Amino acid sequence: MMVRITINGQMLFVQRHTPVLQAAARQGIVIPTLCYHEALKPYGSCRLCLVEAHRNGRPRLVTSCNYPAEDGLVVFTDTERVKSARKTALELLLARCPNVPQIQRLAQKMGIKTSRFYKKQDERCILCGLCVRACEEMVGAGAIGFAGRGIEKHVNTPFGLQSDACIGCGSCTYICPTGCIEMVGEPGPSAHRKIRISDPDLPPCGQEHRCETCTTNQQFIEEMKEVIRKVRQVP
Amino acid sequence: MPRFSSISELEDYRRSILAKQDPKTKVIRLCDTGCRAKGSPRVADAVEACLNEHGLNGRVTIKRTGCQGFCQIGPVMVIEPDNILYQKIGPQDVPEIISETVLDGNVVDRLLYKDPETGTKILKEADIPFYGHQTKIVSKKTGRIDPADIEDYIAEGGYSALAKALGTMSPMEVIETVEASGLRGRGGGGFPTGKKWRSCRDAPGMVKYVIANGDEGDPGAFMDRSLMEGDPHSILEGMMIGAYAIGAREGFIYVRDEYHIAVKHLSLAIEQAESLGLLGKNILSTGFDFTVQINRGAGAFVCGESTALMNSLEGKVGEPRAKYVHTVESGLWDRPSALNNVETWANVPLIIERGAQWYQDLGTDRSKGTKIFSLVGKVRNTGLVEVPMGVPLRSIIFDIGGGIKKDRAFKAVQTGGPSGGCIPAHKLDVPVDYDNLKQLGAIMGSGGMIVMDERNCMVDTAKYFIHFLMYESCGKCVPCREGLKQMHEILTNICEGRGKKGDLDLLESLARFMVDASLCGLGGTAPNPVLSTIHYFRDEYRAHIVDKKCPAGVCRNLFEYVIAEDRCNGCTLCRLKCPEDAISGEKKKPHVIDAKKCVRCGICYNLCKQEAVVIR
Ligand SMILES: Cc1cc2nc3c(=O)[nH]c(=O)nc-3n(C[C@H](O)[C@H](O)[C@H](O)COP(=O)(O)O)c2cc1C
Ligand code: SF4
Ligand code: SF4
Ligand code: FES
Repeated sequence: MMVRITINGQMLFVQRHTPVLQAAARQGIVIPTLCYHEALKPYGSCRLCLVEAHRNGRPRLVTSCNYPAEDGLVVFTDTERVKSARKTALELLLARCPNVPQIQRLAQKMGIKTSRFYKKQDERCILCGLCVRACEEMVGAGAIGFAGRGIEKHVNTPFGLQSDACIGCGSCTYICPTGCIEMVGEPGPSAHRKIRISDPDLPPCGQEHRCETCTTNQQFIEEMKEVIRKVRQVP
Repeated sequence: MPRFSSISELEDYRRSILAKQDPKTKVIRLCDTGCRAKGSPRVADAVEACLNEHGLNGRVTIKRTGCQGFCQIGPVMVIEPDNILYQKIGPQDVPEIISETVLDGNVVDRLLYKDPETGTKILKEADIPFYGHQTKIVSKKTGRIDPADIEDYIAEGGYSALAKALGTMSPMEVIETVEASGLRGRGGGGFPTGKKWRSCRDAPGMVKYVIANGDEGDPGAFMDRSLMEGDPHSILEGMMIGAYAIGAREGFIYVRDEYHIAVKHLSLAIEQAESLGLLGKNILSTGFDFTVQINRGAGAFVCGESTALMNSLEGKVGEPRAKYVHTVESGLWDRPSALNNVETWANVPLIIERGAQWYQDLGTDRSKGTKIFSLVGKVRNTGLVEVPMGVPLRSIIFDIGGGIKKDRAFKAVQTGGPSGGCIPAHKLDVPVDYDNLKQLGAIMGSGGMIVMDERNCMVDTAKYFIHFLMYESCGKCVPCREGLKQMHEILTNICEGRGKKGDLDLLESLARFMVDASLCGLGGTAPNPVLSTIHYFRDEYRAHIVDKKCPAGVCRNLFEYVIAEDRCNGCTLCRLKCPEDAISGEKKKPHVIDAKKCVRCGICYNLCKQEAVVIR
């Protein structure tokens, strides 16, 4: 079903439940994101893609990456409230990860020089969950996941042990925007990887990458590399 | 046990149970849940042994019940039909109780409850002010019936609401009744239950679910626990009626695993209801099918949040997900799901049985019925209390709670669990309902009520709750995870004397952002303790930040203990007890504390009978 929505005053028709982020992109409206990836289910954790949505009643801040278009929806992507919320979110991330280039770049773009918050941290992982989702949704391995909660949340293999589920495809390494999951040694069939934040080793593939799963995934990895290159804006 | 194949068979069975009962039979009610911590199983064993000894088996019944509410005086025993209440009993008191009270009808005076205000002994449970000021409706059967015995529940009128709904009402009529009653969710948000059910019924889909939320993660809260332990059938019956109304055939009860007794009693209840034909296929030959399953959670606070709970039920990580499409349309396994708190479910049979109008008459304009609170903290009487909506806080804290311990001054009451707010003394006369609490910057939450006195520091209190939330947030979204970490940092700085100008502004701006931008209700309400304490106790924050003083004497870097010369009678008690040898002085002469040696443990402060140790 097609529905009519309005973004920043421009009216458009989209399929019902299209995420607002995608609808906006179609109009050439750019919304910053960190945890969104077009090949993965939206997760809604970084809150950078916040926009103001008006639908029966008071305007609300919602995340555009997973906010579904409904008929009559009115969205503003650039109000003061939106800008201030995005800025605070980024300041918090900057305090957490002052040395992550991806965050620094975004901060620069948004005109943030320093964070108002306590800064004596130096994390690399922004907990965007891209690696976890890529491993589960695309590779189908589900070898890594989030462990702990609250301020102890981190990416890890189950119980921090070497994971049998890992097929050594390297998708997590490719998709991670901050370089948290490292390839140790040469990438390739016997690649040896480490998750930097929690330091468990991910073992090399026992099948030397010869089974069906991997062949199917080779194509995907090539595409993924391309996407990552774009995300990281590496020429 | 029979298996009912019609409504009339259920009613016949009820009549036959009641006919067997002799109103003159003595029944000993003993709490076997909360009071276990104080040794009630040993008391129960002693009672059984004693009854055996006297050959009273069968003539006197002992009933191991759920929580009777007045936990402070446990283990509690009530002897019916005379309604005599004995408090703080041990196994050694049992022989005397049996021979004196049960056999001879005499009262054992020393075990009676003594009113701390008047000093008089009170004989009957109903005359004790703690109970007298309550209106027990939902928690009425808890503490009266044996939760492990479905007969007891049926004897008290149990499952008659189900019979009424299935036999005489259409699903739509059930929904209309619940809507008209004005029942709102007891799990926190206060969402109108009937409206939720209607949306769920209207949502497209063949398979729908009803879910009971028994996660209850708020520290200090145990009302849901007490219902699940003490009256599990009420919850089941409510779920059955809800399922009938919505068109669901499957139900789930999500309980934290550490609630062993709740899990046990709920499982028993399901088993017994199944064997009687109250759960399963074609219930009471009405064509209604319904089964219930228990899921045990690992106890994360955030798993009480609706979508995190559903993720957890699905076997995923207990993280909330976006609710832009409501769970009544797409909930558990993306199917329409009606999730309600266990207390909400327990209200349902009462409403169906007695009608919407009866329920309407209880409570305030926009909050109907009663609410169970767990009253804890610095009040004299702690325990579970049930009052109609609209009762002023003052009445709960002073009439039922008996006022503040040691007659200290009331400072604030924290309602609504960790993400609730602190309400100060000058708001004590506000009638308690969803909207008033919200307006005061607090929330109803699931009904926690923590009373604080003049010796509680509000900055420290805020820090405590933020600390709790910081570890209990799921950590998924930036505002909540990073925001709580920063809030905790700022509050710690303030409490340790490193507060600076601008901290309050930063806290408030961060709080606004978290409310605006968090994914779920945890992050969205987490700033409440900070915002409400800043709002009502700004001076106390200022004292910490500007004067580097903690007026309540809690933040150790920010105060000193000194002995007021004119009050000290030189009893030497403090000097002998001080672990740091920081106090000196001769007998009968004023003592002195050496501030350099003092570690501010507070021993002398709490010990001194002259209240000569003061905070500076
Ligand atoms: C962080 C958080 C924790 C919650 N914990 C509980 C809980 O322990 N028990 C509960 O019934 N509701 C809890 N809720 C509320 C539920 O999300 C949900 O609104 C409620 O169970 C719906 O039932 P009701 O309409 O009967 O209140 C919590 C909400 C949040 C945001
Ligand atoms: S390791 Fe990388 S991809 Fe995974 S959550 Fe952290 S920052 Fe995101
Ligand atoms: S608000 Fe907190 S608990 Fe809720 S999703 Fe975000 S991090 Fe998790
Ligand atoms: S991109 Fe939408 S929340 Fe991260």
